Amino acid sequence: MLFELTYKPFGASVILIEWPAKIEEEIIQDIIAFEKKIEKDQNILDTIIAYNSLTIRYRILKNFNRTVLRLKELYATERKQEIQQQKVWQIPVCYDLKFGLDLKEISEKKSISMDEVIQLHTEPSYLIYFLGFQPGFLYLGGLNEQIYMPRRSNPRLRVEKGAVGIGGEQTGVYPQDSAGGWNIIGKSPIDFFDVTKSQPSFAKAGDRVKFQPIDLEVFKKFKDEVSKGTYELKFHWV
Amino acid sequence: MIKVVHAGIYNTIQDVGRIGLAKNGVPQGGSMDAYSAEMANTLLKNSSTSAVIEITFGQGKFEFTLGAFICLMGGDFSPRINSVSIQMNTVVEVKKNDVLSFGRRNYGARIYLAIQGGIQSEVVLKSRSFLLGITQPKLLKGDALKINSKKPYSGEGFSKLKIYGNHFSDSNLECSPGPEFDRLNEQQKQRLSEPFTISEDNNRVGYRLNQPVENDLKPILTSAVLPGTVQLTPSGKLIVLMRDCQVTGGYPRVLQLSEYAISRLSQKVTGEQVKFILSK
Repeated sequence: MLFELTYKPFGASVILIEWPAKIEEEIIQDIIAFEKKIEKDQNILDTIIAYNSLTIRYRILKNFNRTVLRLKELYATERKQEIQQQKVWQIPVCYDLKFGLDLKEISEKKSISMDEVIQLHTEPSYLIYFLGFQPGFLYLGGLNEQIYMPRRSNPRLRVEKGAVGIGGEQTGVYPQDSAGGWNIIGKSPIDFFDVTKSQPSFAKAGDRVKFQPIDLEVFKKFKDEVSKGTYELKFHWV
Repeated sequence: MIKVVHAGIYNTIQDVGRIGLAKNGVPQGGSMDAYSAEMANTLLKNSSTSAVIEITFGQGKFEFTLGAFICLMGGDFSPRINSVSIQMNTVVEVKKNDVLSFGRRNYGARIYLAIQGGIQSEVVLKSRSFLLGITQPKLLKGDALKINSKKPYSGEGFSKLKIYGNHFSDSNLECSPGPEFDRLNEQQKQRLSEPFTISEDNNRVGYRLNQPVENDLKPILTSAVLPGTVQLTPSGKLIVLMRDCQVTGGYPRVLQLSEYAISRLSQKVTGEQVKFILSK
C-alpha cells in the first residue's frame, strides 16, 4: 500500500522523507522497501532509517524539486516480493540474577514472578525498526505491555556491553559499555557490533529478534566461543 | 612515526569520517573543523581524505622520529618546533627528533596537524577517525603514529594561504530551516534570530547553548539527525549537534547549519556568541 509521504530539505544535500508519525510494522516495511529501491544510486552517500522516516544524504543535490519528483516516481513503482520473508535472529540471553540487576524490582513492582518476567520477555519475536543511539543498537518493537517499566530515575554510569534492558515500552541490548537508564534484566554473550566486519551489525531494519534464555554455564561457553570467533549465530526465516 | 609525548586533553586522529554506515547506527565523525583540515591537506597536496591530528586547545606535545613536511591550520595556539615559533597556514619542514608543542592561545579551539601523505594509522570501518566504541577514544602518551617517509615537496603557486580570519571572528552561522522549523511560532522564530552564547557543555558530540527558547513543541518520533542539526530540548535549551552525534534523535530539529557553519562553530569556545543566519 502506498502512504502519503512528505519530502523536506534537511540542509543543502539531504532529503528527509516522512511517513505518518506512527510506530507500525507496515510503515517500517514500506520505508525499508523504498530504501531498497534507491540503494544502488551512486549519488547517495548514506541513508538513515527511523520509525517513520527515510533520510537520504546525497553526494551532490543540485535540484531538490527534480530529485523529489524522481523519488516520487520511484516510490510509486512496485515493491519487490523478497521483503515478505524475514530473518529471525536467535539471541541467547542469560537472565541469571548476576546479570539481571533489576529483575527483582520489576517482579515486585509488577507482582509477577521473575520467571514470568523472563517468559514474557522471551515469548515475542521482536521487529527491528532501525539501528541508532549507538553503533549496533537495535530499536525493537513488540514488548509485552505487562513488563513496560519506566526508565530508572538515576541512570547507571556504566552498563555493560551485552546488557539487556527495558526502558519504558522498549527493550534492547546495549552493544557496548555505556551509561544507561534502562532496567537491566539479563545479558547476551554475543557481539552486536563487530568493527572487523564490513557489515558490522549482523541484523538490519526489518529483521526480527527472539531472545533465548540460557543459564550461566551456557553463557560462559558462548562467551568463550564468541571471543574465539567460533560462535555461530542462529536465525530462521518466517 | 609521530610520537605522542604529552597526550593533552582530547586529541584525536580524524579524516572525513565514516560514510555509508548510518544504517548501522554509526556516527559520521570526522574533523570538527573540516574546512581547516581540508585546507591543510590541500596545502600539502594530500588527498582530501588524508588523516590529520585534531588537537584541542593546543594541549599536547609530539615528536617526529623522521623528517617530514607538515602544515598546521585551525585555531592559533602559538605552535613551535623545539622552542622556535613556526608559522601556521603554510607548509613547514620538520627534522628528525623535532618536537612540536604549543603556547599561548590567540584564537580558536582546535588546531590541525596535517602531514604529507596523511597519518597512516589503522583504518577501522573505512575511516581513521577516532570514535568511542569503534576505535580508541583519544591519543595517549606513548602512542606512535605511522607516517610515510618524506617526499620532495614543491609548493609553487599556493604554499601560503591568505589568512582566513573571518572563520574565527565572525559569529554568524549560516543555516536553513530544520524539519520542525514550521512548528515554531513567530515569537520562537524571532528568538532564534537573536544571539546565543555557547555553554561549557560543548564537545565533539554537540554544543549546548545558554539562552532558553520558550518551548511548547512535542517531542518527535525518533528520526534522523545530522551534524549541524539544532535541536530544541524540552528545557528550551538548544543543542547544536556536532560531528560525533548519534544518527537519530527525538527532539524537534529547528535549524540545520551549513557544512561550513559547523566548521566555524567548532572553533568557538565557552562563552562566545553565535547568531543563526537563516538563508532562504
